[in-house]
Amino acid sequence: MGQVARVVLYLILLITAFAFIMPVYVMVVNSLKPLDEIRNGDLMALPIAWTVEPWLMAWSKSQIGVQATGLRPYFINSFLLVIPSVVLSTLIGALNGYILTQFKFKFADTLFAAMLFSVFIPFQIVLIPMAKTLGFLGLAGTVKGLIFVNTVYGIGFTTLFFRNYYAAFPNELVRSARMDGAGFFGVLYKILLPNSAPIIVVTVIWQFTNIWNEFLFGASFSDYTSFPLTVALNNLVSASTGVKEYNVHFAGAFIAAIPTLVVYLVSGKYFVRGLMAGSVKG
Amino acid sequence: MKAGWLPKLLITPSAFLVLVCVYGYIMFTVYLSFTASTILPNLEWSGTAAYTRLFGLENWGVSLNNLWVFASLYILIAMGLGLMLAILIDQKVRAESGFRSIFLYPMALSFIVTGTAWKWLLDPGVGLEHTLHALGWGDFSFGWIKDSEMAIYCVIVAAVWQTTGFVMAMFLAGLRGVDGEQINAARLDGASPLQIYYRIIIPQLGPVFISAFVILAHMAIKSYDLVIALTNGGPGRSTWLPSVFMYQYTFTRNEMSVGAASSVLMLLGIAVVVLPYLYSELRKGNHG
Repeated sequence: MGQVARVVLYLILLITAFAFIMPVYVMVVNSLKPLDEIRNGDLMALPIAWTVEPWLMAWSKSQIGVQATGLRPYFINSFLLVIPSVVLSTLIGALNGYILTQFKFKFADTLFAAMLFSVFIPFQIVLIPMAKTLGFLGLAGTVKGLIFVNTVYGIGFTTLFFRNYYAAFPNELVRSARMDGAGFFGVLYKILLPNSAPIIVVTVIWQFTNIWNEFLFGASFSDYTSFPLTVALNNLVSASTGVKEYNVHFAGAFIAAIPTLVVYLVSGKYFVRGLMAGSVKG
Repeated sequence: MKAGWLPKLLITPSAFLVLVCVYGYIMFTVYLSFTASTILPNLEWSGTAAYTRLFGLENWGVSLNNLWVFASLYILIAMGLGLMLAILIDQKVRAESGFRSIFLYPMALSFIVTGTAWKWLLDPGVGLEHTLHALGWGDFSFGWIKDSEMAIYCVIVAAVWQTTGFVMAMFLAGLRGVDGEQINAARLDGASPLQIYYRIIIPQLGPVFISAFVILAHMAIKSYDLVIALTNGGPGRSTWLPSVFMYQYTFTRNEMSVGAASSVLMLLGIAVVVLPYLYSELRKGNHG
């Protein structure tokens, strides 16, 4: 490739990279400005009078529910929701993947196909009966209810991940362990799980990102005590009363983005692998 | 190995949950769409009245039309841009992994975060227009997000920003899997780099195009969070999508049967796109 073409190539990549970074740059820079600097200045400029006040407002002072609690309680809600949901759905996925690949039984393929399709359904189709179910179980408007919902609708993904991973697992290892007398759990604990680190990481990252970012279930099944962070953030930003505090909104949005961004930066490789595994089925 | 009672027992809870909470609920919602349910489910059969009403509603027409505009442009641009970035990055560029990380990181964000950032970026009072005015370009005007004709294009911009990196990663994986010998042979025959891409490489990416299309199309039909955060369906109802329609009619306007009918149509739309794909993928899997 010629010199000129190379320069053009880098130029296009750099401009595109700039466009991809710009929204988050704007978010961070303007979350550190007083409001009048945003109103009178431009969004690209660095702050003149740096301030962390918008962050404090977003974190612990701004009005979200009935009370001016900031995003903090909802940030905690999201963790209380995400951790059990991720652990449960990952464990279930590992167990299902093991059973679906190592044992033959009637309807196994049908069951897997049914789980696979469940990954794609628009969740609007289950909202009404799920609302009834949560009400019936006494879980409406609770974090527990959201854990239940996110776990149930995560099973399809986690089963898919583990099934595909175990389907490619060397069969000799499993067979020789069985020869040595390992039972159902023996094979799982001693052979499969110790060799599952990559797929466990992929699944945990995938589930963490998905459930942390989830909005529809949160908006449908929670109330002021149990909002996940996404719902609280949306309430903060779309509250129509009073002055629009752009700097506080940007700070809040960045707070909501931090956990998944950290996960992405620390484990980008596995994040991509999850995306790929989620897109190439079968 | 043939399954004994233990594996069957242990997979039963999952099978039960998926059967009930996915397929049972789908059937329940389908049934509701043939009733006259309003604020609460009402199990009395009323035929296709909800569908007749749905198709007569202007709000549904607007939602469908928006989905069509949104989905077609979103898929086209995300795929075009994703393929372009993948090809550019595949030219043995320096800092390749840096570029990849930058293009892909929006996928880690919630649509609510994306929506919030772009809502103010596109807002003429504080965002790009305001910024360019402050920099001296006084006659620059960019008010799409406040314009009911143009607001849907703002949703496309934000959605493209969020998912293009994902499409790029898919194409990049595809490019790395293309048979190198064919390329070398073509090069020896004097084919230009452009011809090589056009004639040899891109045709081999067929499966990636299909995967990317299915993923993007199903995401487009499911899109909800982004619209809520970015425009909340407005100005007016100008950026409603079927997902927004469903939520509005079911939970705000107390026309549950109409809401249910709209979600059934969303499911049908996704099934038409996804089922043939899954069928062929599963068959491929079974034949090696």
